Amino acid sequence: MQDFYSKHPKILRAFDILLPFIATLAALGVGAVMLMVFDANPVVAYGALLEGAFGSTNAVADTLVKATPLLLVALGICIAFRGGVINIGGEGQLLLGAVASTLVGLSNPNMPGYLLIPLALLVGFFAGGAWGAIPGLLKAYFNVNEILSTIMMNAIAVQGMNYLLRGPMIDPVQLESASRIPQTARLSAAFDLPRLIPTRLHLGTGLAIIAAFLVFIFLWRTVVGYRIRAVGLNPNASRYAGINVPRHIVLSMLLSGAFCGLAGAIQVYGLHHRMFTDGSATGFTGSAGFNGIVVALFGQLHPLGAIPASFLFGALIVGANKLQRVMQVPSSFIIALNGLVVVFVVSADYWRRRLARRREAEVVGEVTISSEAEVPT
Amino acid sequence: MIAELFTTTVLVGILASGIRLSTPYLFASLGETFGQKSGVLNLGVEGIMLLGAFAAFYTTFITENLWLGLLAAIIVGGIMGLAVAVISVTLKAQQGISGIGIYLFGLGMSELLFRKTLGTVEIVSGFSSIYIPFLSDIPILGEIFFQQNLLVYFAYIMVPVSWFVLSKTTLGLKIRAVGENPEAADTLGVSVSGVRYFTQIFGGVMSGIAGASLSIALLNVFQQNLTSGLGFIAVALVYFGGWRPLGVLVGSLIFSMVNALQLWVQVLNIPIPSDIAVMMPYVLTILALVIAVQRVRPPSALTKPYERGG
Repeated sequence: MQDFYSKHPKILRAFDILLPFIATLAALGVGAVMLMVFDANPVVAYGALLEGAFGSTNAVADTLVKATPLLLVALGICIAFRGGVINIGGEGQLLLGAVASTLVGLSNPNMPGYLLIPLALLVGFFAGGAWGAIPGLLKAYFNVNEILSTIMMNAIAVQGMNYLLRGPMIDPVQLESASRIPQTARLSAAFDLPRLIPTRLHLGTGLAIIAAFLVFIFLWRTVVGYRIRAVGLNPNASRYAGINVPRHIVLSMLLSGAFCGLAGAIQVYGLHHRMFTDGSATGFTGSAGFNGIVVALFGQLHPLGAIPASFLFGALIVGANKLQRVMQVPSSFIIALNGLVVVFVVSADYWRRRLARRREAEVVGEVTISSEAEVPT
Repeated sequence: MIAELFTTTVLVGILASGIRLSTPYLFASLGETFGQKSGVLNLGVEGIMLLGAFAAFYTTFITENLWLGLLAAIIVGGIMGLAVAVISVTLKAQQGISGIGIYLFGLGMSELLFRKTLGTVEIVSGFSSIYIPFLSDIPILGEIFFQQNLLVYFAYIMVPVSWFVLSKTTLGLKIRAVGENPEAADTLGVSVSGVRYFTQIFGGVMSGIAGASLSIALLNVFQQNLTSGLGFIAVALVYFGGWRPLGVLVGSLIFSMVNALQLWVQVLNIPIPSDIAVMMPYVLTILALVIAVQRVRPPSALTKPYERGG
């Protein structure tokens, strides 16, 4: 085995990249068993899934639309994880960005679109950033575990959103009607992000891809990005090197939240054109705040790797919606399947680390082998 | 209207329901305390609670036997705990993220099962109140403490039991050793994986019972996302309680009292928006974490998988 791998280093690299795919397939395999338990033919079901994701121009466009928030959240997650902070608060940060940017659009209905859209996206970016900075500050200066604080911040954001959408921000039309659906009025059509082709595909997808390149340049080609990665790799060494560690922890959480917030703003201006709630976070986010984490891991925590990863997961979600319609499988199946994918992808990392160790061992091994060669047997 | 909160009836009501509402927190947090003491963070408590709650409810609904319902929750919780152990201990996955996966799985799976089996919200008659002879006759105190259902008493018995096991037994010593210094424990012949598998399965069982305490003792219904964030608070309570059963008890009580207060505020129509009232426990959790973390240090090996010779 060792010989095989040392002769073919490319196979090892390919395996690194293939591993998340294998893990996802395994999760889909478990999903197939679940489908069979519920009397659904998994072959037909996954066929519907594929067709739903890629079957037509509209399907591909929908996949790209679903991939957009996933990519933006994943970029945020890349920054946080590279900085050594685990941001589980994407859901809340996304909601904050969505609510804040909606407020901008609702309160300035007469502003020209070319001014308002950038302003609203920027507000969404910073609102998410502020929401992310709070757990960052708590971690950096009060040593509060960011996993727990971001989860609590998610719950607070959901309740805040529910309050605003049921009260101050509710659509006046809904206020009159008996149903009182908790949603805002539709934003002025002048504020819609331009559509790219006659599908749901909007400019936000392009913005997200540009953002991926910007994040790559930021993390690998700027001093601040370098410091964030240094803090993530070794906070103690960074401290000795004179880097202000707490400040960079806050910064990486702020930027992480900001990209999640931007995702929320783009969901509003590109897709929904209003803010709504079903009482939970998932109603608006579709769990993008959590799924973005998997996308980021899938892309090996690399901003450019997140681009294809988000496309794959976008396809999975769009396809699953189709599956739900065709096979009458409740949408909760998709949530459970999502969970399985998360578990399988993070667990599969075990084999990657094992191979990495074997590679290290080989370097040491070669030395021993050459010294042994002198000894006659 | 605020004054209505301070009549004896209402105050007793708040305290009694506070004690009752603390059961799910207690079961889940005590189980999680064992896990974290051994160095494993299980963030998926919420998902396991949901599956346990469904298992208990459905079994009770079909068999009309509460004990079978409880047993179902224990088995489901144990299986999920085993899964967490495989993921976190054997495969050494990043615990913060795999826990979210477990949560999403539990959230989706419990709702899927609910839709496929029951379809609509049904009611079962859960564990009824047991009046402890003599003690329950004490005015006020009797009503607060000694007219509760069986699982409430069981949860409170588990507090000293957990304390005793963790502080006074060899098993507890092993758990603490594995969580503080796994290398040393390993050198002394303690199976690090073995201990962690045990605490994760135990934690899963406790989370399952926590779910059952909601679905067949407190609320006696099952619906989607029944736990609504309670399991995440339970994880935070372990930090708040400083990884000590008694601290966990104090934390659970504070939270359930705030919850009870918030319910009564709604019952009495006091004009605080319910969304804001529901938000309060979470804000409180963050504040509590800020204060708690300054006092105690988490187990050294928490969230760090053990690698022999690494």
